[in-house]
Amino acid sequence: MIKLIPRVENSKVMILLSPLLAMTLTALTALIIFIFILDDIKVSSVFFTLFVLPLTDSYLFPELLVKAAPLMIIGLGLSIGFRAGIWNIGAEGQYVIGGIAGGAVGLYFYNVEGFWLLPLMAIASILGGMFYASIAAFLRIRYQVNEILVTLMLTYVAVLFLSAMLQGPLRNPAGFNFPESRIFHDSAMLPIIWEGTRLHIGFIVAIILSFVAWFGIKKHMFGMQIKITGSAPRAAKFAGFNDNKTVLYSLLISGGLAGLAGFFEASGPAGQLTPGLPQFYGFTAIIVAFLARLHPIGILFSALLIALSYVGGEEVQIEYNLPSSITQIFQGMLLFYFLACDILIKYKVVLNKTKN
Amino acid sequence: MNESLFINIIIGISIASTPLIFAAIGELLVERSGVLNLGVEGMMIVGALLGFVVQFHTGNPFLAVFAALLGGMAISSIFAFLTQFLLTNQVATGLALTLFGLGFSAFAGRGYTEETIVLIKAIHIPVLSDIPFIGPLVFSMNPLVYLAFFMVYLVWWFLFKTKQGLILRSIGDNHDAAHAIGHNVVRYRFMAILFGGAMAGVGGAFLSLVQVPIWGEDMTAGRGWIALGLVVFASWLPFRIILGAILFGGITVLQLHAQGFDIRISAQYLSMLPYLATILILVSLRIRLKNKTNRTVPNCLGRIFHSTS
Repeated sequence: MIKLIPRVENSKVMILLSPLLAMTLTALTALIIFIFILDDIKVSSVFFTLFVLPLTDSYLFPELLVKAAPLMIIGLGLSIGFRAGIWNIGAEGQYVIGGIAGGAVGLYFYNVEGFWLLPLMAIASILGGMFYASIAAFLRIRYQVNEILVTLMLTYVAVLFLSAMLQGPLRNPAGFNFPESRIFHDSAMLPIIWEGTRLHIGFIVAIILSFVAWFGIKKHMFGMQIKITGSAPRAAKFAGFNDNKTVLYSLLISGGLAGLAGFFEASGPAGQLTPGLPQFYGFTAIIVAFLARLHPIGILFSALLIALSYVGGEEVQIEYNLPSSITQIFQGMLLFYFLACDILIKYKVVLNKTKN
Repeated sequence: MNESLFINIIIGISIASTPLIFAAIGELLVERSGVLNLGVEGMMIVGALLGFVVQFHTGNPFLAVFAALLGGMAISSIFAFLTQFLLTNQVATGLALTLFGLGFSAFAGRGYTEETIVLIKAIHIPVLSDIPFIGPLVFSMNPLVYLAFFMVYLVWWFLFKTKQGLILRSIGDNHDAAHAIGHNVVRYRFMAILFGGAMAGVGGAFLSLVQVPIWGEDMTAGRGWIALGLVVFASWLPFRIILGAILFGGITVLQLHAQGFDIRISAQYLSMLPYLATILILVSLRIRLKNKTNRTVPNCLGRIFHSTS
């Protein structure tokens, strides 16, 4: 019989070891899957393309950073809510609305030059995302409706809304009826920070935001409040923390950040609004937040790790004609293993030889 | 309204609501045992794929539905193992299950996106099905529609008329007390989760075996999440699942007919209706309950159980 015995204190070694263990197990499982579905010769090269090439290749590495930026930004916002037990699962919807809002501003000022345009678009996208998340906040506060379901339902609505916009008001007038917007003009495009790649200023913003969030959670009263609300709701109540405020602020923050990420995607790699704007980042960022144990600096690393699987997945699709959905399998698996390995932090596993 | 249009609408509603009834009644039992499984969407899509694949290769609808049932169970067993033995967070694990299920089915089903199958047909009972009006409505539905209604009855009977059902509910309400008087919390929950997986699998298969004869990686389109909403709407009472699902099916059919009548609204706005309706019914439920707490909520829903003895 295997038995779990609770540890008196969380194991510090295991806090660091369990993510590594989860990664190793995921890689091993991936290897086994490849051995089953591929010829022997290909296994090592596919493995290499998936996990190593994105780090060494001069084209793929900046792409990895491009993909990591929205994951960091959305993941940061989600982690704040998750700490307080507010489950904003529909960041994808807020991301889409943010992208539409920011993009619409850029298209409204089409061909208008000005340094003020990008900040204006960013503000519009943040407000768009905030507004969208505030619906869930309102319904939870006023009617105690579960925010998981509301944010998710609104994600489907947002994707349909994007499609309606691209066939209606935001469609490119000279676009042969394709459901796409005009390509943004230069003033509405994010500055590139690495010559010759698609890496844009959003990546730097993401890193700055991580440190701001880290500082905020450590030093600001609100950081304390969400931490306590999540871990000890009763204590939070006695301390006089306002539950409704926690719900509202954490949804506004995560919605605003998701909206900003949507704008970065539209004005960065995409350069226009298309039906391809939703890239599943909003959902993947949930994994990012968990892998980082909701820690802002950890999110920098987990976002890079998940971005690696995205870029690697696309590359094996191009080179070996493997479907990119394999990325999603690995991401789901990684989260499974990660959650499972976490048991080693709180419990000691002992083999009980005597049968009772 | 003429009679055949009425009959068509009723049949349309039954087809639209059945997958939700399956998925929601399974989840209802799971939640009654105190477990929140957010992986319904993932289990449904796996069921949809397996049902389709088996139907495509064998042409045997019994095998197809059975495969979907087993597939849903198999994938839910991951969730069951992680949450019950490794004590993982149920929200996170359920989400991981959905992401994994979507990825897995997209990957495994990539060779089937161009194929079509023979749909499972509605039954026809001689004489009875030919009775005007009553015949088509009562005796000529799809066999899986009857099964869905039967499952609702079965879950109700199990929960409220059997000893095991009582134990399951007591585990959902207070797992420590149930454990203290000697009930095996983990075993009950494990079984409940497997049942939920099986039902979600069949619900998913209904989409690819009855609704449309094709397979697509996004064919569940949020129905798993809507099913989760229905459980809340139903206040964890089995028969109310049917009410919620019919309401929902009605909106879906309304939306399809509105598109047919050339109403001057973009198709996208009409397609939003089912999702908006889900939010609305959840709000309406809270308004109906006012500020009273819902007494049918399983008290231990989502809480982790670990026995020290």
